[in-house]
Amino acid sequence: MTHTTPENIISLHEQDEHKDLLRLVTAGSVDDGKSTLIGRLLFESKGIYEDQLEAVRSASGQKGSTQGDLDLALVTDGLKAEREQGITIDVAYRYFSTPRRKFIIADSPGHEQYTRNMVTGASTANLAIILIDASQGVLTQSRRHAFLASLLGIPHAVITINKMDLVDYSEKIYDQIVADFREFSAKLDIQDLTFIPISALTGDNVVERGENMPWYEGTTLLNHLETVHIASDRNLIDLRLPIQYVSRPHSGFRGYMGTLASGIIRAGDEVMTLPSGKRSTVTQVIGSDGPCEEGFPPQPVTVTLADEIDISRGDMLVHVHNTPQVDRNFEAMVVWMAEEPMDTRRQYTIKHTSRLSPGQISKIRYRIDVNTLHRLDATALELNEIGRCTVEVARPLAFDPYRENRTTGAFIIIDRVTHNTVGAGMILDRKPGERELDAHHRVTETRARHLQLDRSLVSLEERNARSGQRPVTVWLTGLMGSGKSTIGCALERRLFDEGRLVTLYDGENTRLGLNKDLDFTADDRAENARRAAEVAKLFNEAGIISVSTLLSPSDEDRGIACSIIGEDRFLLIYLSAPVEVCKERAPHRIYEKAEDGEIKVFPGVNAPYDVPGSPDLVLPTHEISVAESVDRIMELLEGRGVFKA
Amino acid sequence: MKAHNLTHLKQLEAESIHIMREVVAECEKPVMMYSVGKDSAVMAHLAQKAFAPGKLPFPLLHVDTTFKFGEMIEFRDWFAKHIGAELIVHTNEKALEQIGPYDEWSCSLCADLLKTQALVEVLQEHGFDAAFGGARRDEEKSRAKERIFSFRDRFMQWDPKNQRPELWNVYNTRHAEGESFRVFPISNWTELDIWNYIHEEKVPLPSLYFAKERPVIRRDGMLIFAGELNQPREGEKVEMVTCRFRTLGCQRCTGAVESDADNILKIVEETMVARNSEREHRAVDKDREGSMEEKKREGYF
Repeated sequence: MTHTTPENIISLHEQDEHKDLLRLVTAGSVDDGKSTLIGRLLFESKGIYEDQLEAVRSASGQKGSTQGDLDLALVTDGLKAEREQGITIDVAYRYFSTPRRKFIIADSPGHEQYTRNMVTGASTANLAIILIDASQGVLTQSRRHAFLASLLGIPHAVITINKMDLVDYSEKIYDQIVADFREFSAKLDIQDLTFIPISALTGDNVVERGENMPWYEGTTLLNHLETVHIASDRNLIDLRLPIQYVSRPHSGFRGYMGTLASGIIRAGDEVMTLPSGKRSTVTQVIGSDGPCEEGFPPQPVTVTLADEIDISRGDMLVHVHNTPQVDRNFEAMVVWMAEEPMDTRRQYTIKHTSRLSPGQISKIRYRIDVNTLHRLDATALELNEIGRCTVEVARPLAFDPYRENRTTGAFIIIDRVTHNTVGAGMILDRKPGERELDAHHRVTETRARHLQLDRSLVSLEERNARSGQRPVTVWLTGLMGSGKSTIGCALERRLFDEGRLVTLYDGENTRLGLNKDLDFTADDRAENARRAAEVAKLFNEAGIISVSTLLSPSDEDRGIACSIIGEDRFLLIYLSAPVEVCKERAPHRIYEKAEDGEIKVFPGVNAPYDVPGSPDLVLPTHEISVAESVDRIMELLEGRGVFKA
Repeated sequence: MKAHNLTHLKQLEAESIHIMREVVAECEKPVMMYSVGKDSAVMAHLAQKAFAPGKLPFPLLHVDTTFKFGEMIEFRDWFAKHIGAELIVHTNEKALEQIGPYDEWSCSLCADLLKTQALVEVLQEHGFDAAFGGARRDEEKSRAKERIFSFRDRFMQWDPKNQRPELWNVYNTRHAEGESFRVFPISNWTELDIWNYIHEEKVPLPSLYFAKERPVIRRDGMLIFAGELNQPREGEKVEMVTCRFRTLGCQRCTGAVESDADNILKIVEETMVARNSEREHRAVDKDREGSMEEKKREGYF
């Protein structure tokens, strides 16, 4: 640190007036040494006053540590209750400053039950410090923190691998952690990722390099924080001025006040107000120091317009040729922040920029397991859960995707009774219903590709002549435990023994390979079924009979499969054993787990199973044997001419 | 090409103005706490900028314990007139009558009855649903976790364990009848930011902030201003010391620091090398660890 002497004070003061500002969030748990790290940054940059240090010294003594031995973690433990429990439970804001920058730290708790607090701290941050304990490696919580940083659109992340002193400052361990983290973070959306090995306890690579890690060639943490380039994070292109307040101090003046979310506004600009779409020209821009040439983000401005058009709080001024989306429906990632779960039937108040609107979260598409990033089906979001939702508001909003604009893409959800902030949302670059459209698109695309297949020099008739069969897909559907796999295997054996070309497509097995990127949400189950159908079709086209044993609970999924494979080749067999029987047969007490809520989405227990309306065959597998079932399928195939080439 | 960068002070200014405009646009009856100190001065200055060319769309409120420095009162009246703002002054007269003259009061009693209770009284009397305060998060540990929009129940209590999440710059000002907010638009400023801003913007301040030879008494490790209210007790003597005040409050509990900083640049210099936080000279915080948090829960600013 620079030492301040009266001689350089003036230049220091000038420097201070020209500093910029970096807001950062630190995520970590008690054991990662996060408080110690922040304590050290404040301590070394002289962000702690002597009397505050004195209080920390006396508290260090109280906590049983050696008298005089400074517990830097105590610097940041604010509220009494937290000091008593020895943990940080809410976001605390800390300030320190170096000759180059002022820093605002949102010091956030790291445990899963405080996800909402980390999200709060991350919402305003330009940079995230994610702490990893070198002696523990990349843990579930490190992944969660990185995911949240990515979700909240923080452009810069510094992965500090702390407690290097506990692993003998080993380069090998450091490299392994970096590799592990990179593998995981490839799935995330963080533009700038930096790794720094440190010891907050000894201070190595925090402010000073120290002598323990000569192999590390990068910069220290503080130096990185001081120099990371943040100016280009701002968006100066898309003019978005949400109107906060209309000022009419006297009859001759009407000014529209707001903070620029992005873009530059100048006198003479042709602007449009949204959602009304009315146009006018900017006559004057007034900044915090009076009239000015232009306003840029995040400046507060007051603008006057050439025409008296109706503009009120909640409207947005934009350039006429660069407009955001204006809609009553949008898709968003929502973080739930209240004890009372989200209710898709209830009305909430949505606050987006300066606009308040009644609204509803009409659909939860899936919830994300913040630890594994798996998508799971959900009917409600509970405290700290994150999910993709469809939001409908009563009046149209002008918005951009959050990825493109962290101001016009963000909103909060307010309970209409308690007035609490119960959720926060980030608008996605997708329209509601896009996934459904996707599925149809895929079907059409498949048909398009089919034309090319027809150009093959081997015709279907030739294949059938050689194999002596007319291949079909036997699509077995039924509840878990209804006998799909057992009958599928027996059927495959029988066909093979009779000299037929046959293959079995098992729903479980393909999840280990072809479909290992899919989860168990409704959307992903649909995709799973679509892929099964595509594969079955390929086999059929090669002349091979395909037996599929997918649970395929919905009419919609089976319908899509049918349209891919072709009606004449698709044979739907419904295994009709009732749920009580299936429950006894199913392995691993899986039904009990579903009933206990351990498995959240399980067709027949807590998710629907659509009984097929007009299957080609119904097999009451609770009444007939496996052999009998196979016999009946063989009869069906015979009757449909499968064995006549 | 123009850089389009804002200095940290301009960014802090922008944030504060945004907060004030949100309050005025969404709350029914806002008021701005005005304590005559430097933080209040900066806050009022920002409010002028936020609503220019109009005047402040809310009154200033001063809770007067009657134990303040005479100069503070003069400055207060001049300042309100100067910026053309409505000024409300409130004193808990009933408590003053009950307890009696200055010597009967202790710091904690004063903070309880003449500050906290007086404030709650006047806010309820006028039905203000949002009160701006000039508190900063770097001042004291419990403030580090307080929201910018700090929700108060019907009894004006703050519940540190149950604060509303506060995301981006989207503030939730919704509340039921009788509930209210304390809003801290300069939460993210530090003492040094305040002084640099005062320097840059030429914000007027009471002269108590600037060093001058003043009569003082050394008491409980503090330099107490000697005057009509503070007479030397047995064994004490009045000394003339070149000193200034880092914070302004009641004469009893506001200690001076020995300093020859008689202009803002010198104060900035002193602040940059300061080894002690400004609240050190406030007896009110020293009572016991966690004292501020308890006061705040009860409604103290």
